[in-house]
This record gives sequence, C-alpha cells and structure tokens, in this order.
Amino acid sequence: MAAAGSLPGASVTRPEGPRWLLAELTYRCPLHCVFCYNPLDYTNQGPELDTQTWLRVLREGRALGAVQLGLSGGEPLQRDDLQVLIAEARGLGYYSNLITSGVGLDEARIAAFKRAGLDHIQLSFQDSTRELNDFLSSTRTFELKSKVARLIKDHDYPMVLNVVLHRLNVDHVGQILEMAEAMGAEYVELANTQYYGWAHLNRDQLLPTREQLQRAEEVTERFRARVGARMRVFFVVPDYFETRPKACMNGWGSVFLTITPDGTALPCHAARMLPGLAFPNVRDADLSAIWYDSEGFNRYRGDAWMQEPCRTCPEKAKDFGGCRCQAYLLTGDATQADPVCDLSPHHHRVIEAVQRAREPGRQAQPIVFRDDRNARRLSAKTPA
Amino acid sequence: MTTESALTLGDVPTISNKFRLQYEQAQSAWVLLYPEGMVKLSATAGEIMRRIDGKITVDALVAELEAAFPGAALRQDVLDFLQEAHGRGWIASGR
Repeated sequence: MAAAGSLPGASVTRPEGPRWLLAELTYRCPLHCVFCYNPLDYTNQGPELDTQTWLRVLREGRALGAVQLGLSGGEPLQRDDLQVLIAEARGLGYYSNLITSGVGLDEARIAAFKRAGLDHIQLSFQDSTRELNDFLSSTRTFELKSKVARLIKDHDYPMVLNVVLHRLNVDHVGQILEMAEAMGAEYVELANTQYYGWAHLNRDQLLPTREQLQRAEEVTERFRARVGARMRVFFVVPDYFETRPKACMNGWGSVFLTITPDGTALPCHAARMLPGLAFPNVRDADLSAIWYDSEGFNRYRGDAWMQEPCRTCPEKAKDFGGCRCQAYLLTGDATQADPVCDLSPHHHRVIEAVQRAREPGRQAQPIVFRDDRNARRLSAKTPA
Repeated sequence: MTTESALTLGDVPTISNKFRLQYEQAQSAWVLLYPEGMVKLSATAGEIMRRIDGKITVDALVAELEAAFPGAALRQDVLDFLQEAHGRGWIASGR
C-alpha cells in the first residue's frame, strides 16, 4: 500500500477515545470562591444546554469509551434535571461523580440520586473552620456542608472530601485531615490551587510560601502514616513550586473531555482562554467528530507543535510540555514550554510570582470573589 | 478500606461496595471503578474477579478456573491474586 495520505509531521495514529467526560452543567453557583477555575467572564457565555442535549452528549461520550463522568459546574445541584442525567449515566455504564459544594442537597434528593445510580459524591470544603470556609466562599455554608457530609455517609456513598489549599488555609491541613477522618471520608484531596480563572486573578493573595507548603506536606505524611490504608490522601502538587511541569490532562486530547454549560467542548476546563482556537460546540457536531476531527482537539496532540526546549527534550513523552493554558497565561504563547519547567526561558516568571506574593503589601489588596457582578465587570475589561 | 486478615478457602468473597466491576468494550478489559479513578484488570485478573458473585467460595472459584483453563497450574496464582485484591480493598471476605 502506498502511503499516499501521510504528510510529514502528521500524526498517523488515531488517538484513543476519551475516558473522562466532565459535564459542567451550569455556571450558576451559590458560592463565590476566590480560587474558582471557571472563566472570569462566565456571565458572558451562551445559554445552558437543555436536558435532551445533555442526554445525547452522555450517549455519545459513552460510545467513544468515556467511563468516568464528572457532574460539575458551577454547582450542578442548581440543575433540576440532575436526577434524569444520573439515571441515564448509570444505564449507559458510567461511573458518575457528583462534584458539589453540597448546597442544595437534602435527604430526599440524596436518596433519589442513590436510586438513580449515582456512584460517588465529592464534597468541597474551603477550610476546617467556619470562619474561613464562610469567608472564602463568601457564604454561610459551613454548617450546611457538615450536614451534607453526614447525609453522604448515611446513604453509603464513597466520599471524597476536597479542599482547595492556598496561603489562607494551608496551615490548617492537620485540622482539615482530622475533620475528614471524623466525617468518614474515604478519600481526601488536598488540592493546592492551580492558578487559572479567578485563582489567577487572586494569585498574589493565594500563593502560599514554600515554608507553609513544606509544613503542610509533613503534616500530611504523618497523617498518612497514622491512618494507613483506611483513607487515601492526595496532595495535589502546587506546580509553581516545582521545577518540572505537570503532565496536564495526561496530554492534550488524550483522556479528558469537558463540555461547558453552553455546549462548548474543551480538552481541559481552562482551554477556552486560548486565543485563535475555535472549540466546537455539541449543538453543531457529535462528540466523535469533535474528539477526532476538530482543530481544537488536534492542535496540541502529539509533539509537532512544540518549540525548544520541549521539542528535543527526552521528558516530552512524560509531561507533554506541561500545561498549554499556563504557558499562555504566563508567556502569551500557548506553544511555549510550561514556565513551571526550569528549562523554560520564562521560568523566572514563576519564581517572580512566588517572590512577589511574599511582599507584605500584596496581601492588602482586596481579594476578588467569583460573583456575577465581578464577572460582568471583568468581562467588560477583557474581551472573551 | 483494608483488612489484614488472610482469606481462607471457605471464604465467600464479594466485590467491595467501594468499587464497581464492569467490562469495558472500549478497552477490551474488565475494570474496577472507584471515585474519579479506574483499575484496568489484566485478562487473568478479570477472569477471577468476574466470577466473584457473593456465592462462590474461594475453593470453588479455583476449581472453576482450573476447569475453564485446563492444563494450567492456577491454584497458587489465583490465591495470591485474591489475597492482593483483598489487601487492596477490592474484595471483602465473608463466610
């Protein structure tokens, strides 16, 4: 057979199907977390998909091989068709994960979700103290979340307790872990803030110090040693303090598929920020065409797009050059190496950000809460 | 999630309620699903795990596999795998 169709540099292997489908059902959220990764201009996005379209997305995703389903947002409990989507997901064979603040979850609803086949609930807390939880989310939700944690266990769901860590709560890791243990969580995600969206806007206030992180890791290690296999504790690496980038999304268009509330399909939940890339919408195309054929999903697959130092780097097969969104945010060019890498000519930007956050005056700036008013103000400043 | 005690031949294992076992066409493999994660089982592990139904004893499970794959000396491998699966919390033992 003549290799007539092969172009120099073109990938000849068809990628595998996605394994993860993240359904961001809505940007509506009763919380206003300062580290939210949602886009700053979320109020500018199109109308939410209707139930029938989401059901089609679930079917098409499953046919492509997706098996883990994240039901997220915003706050997914704001959707009153959630139970219908859960039931369809179970019927299709997904393992469904509800990723929630807990606001809007009551006894009747959690029981109905169980009957519909929901597999797992990931509950977020902002801190182990009421004061900081309520400050960071700009709501009074600590008591409510504690109640939801009990409901999750009463209804025999596996529970992941997720706490986003940053300068203001990282010193409470010991108490956070004790809280998780007392609640009966099987898994704890200590997710150091990733600096996208609202977190990037508030970076100076949220970046911890290296000393804080070291103490938090030591506390986490001691806790792990004490509880053994009874609980699994994930300490998501704060990449600004690393010298090699994360293998973001396990590679662009490799396992992960996000659908935003208005139906835009993305290779990661932050990718919409990248300029010059038109991402397809599930209203216009089926997921198979989106995954295999769209420019948005193919752009950073493989390594043909890479510049030096990634192009000739032996580690490119391991970390894929890091995160495209972080490269863009920090250098203005999405094809650069992720500046977290100390081989990047722009690594100094990461070091400077960490140093700048130590300057006393930085903490005095007002922190910006994720709410509709701020989103409108910010989207007026920055065109989408 | 883990228990240290050893499985015995009379035990009747069950798939732990913290995991879901299912066959994945897209991966041609049995997988164990858990919150935000998945273990892809080898063909052998899949053959063992899919027979765990909350009724069959360890002893009968070994016998069934030996009948299904005649000529292979399976007993120790199956017992080792079950012990490991038990240690990882994938299966629970009952009597």
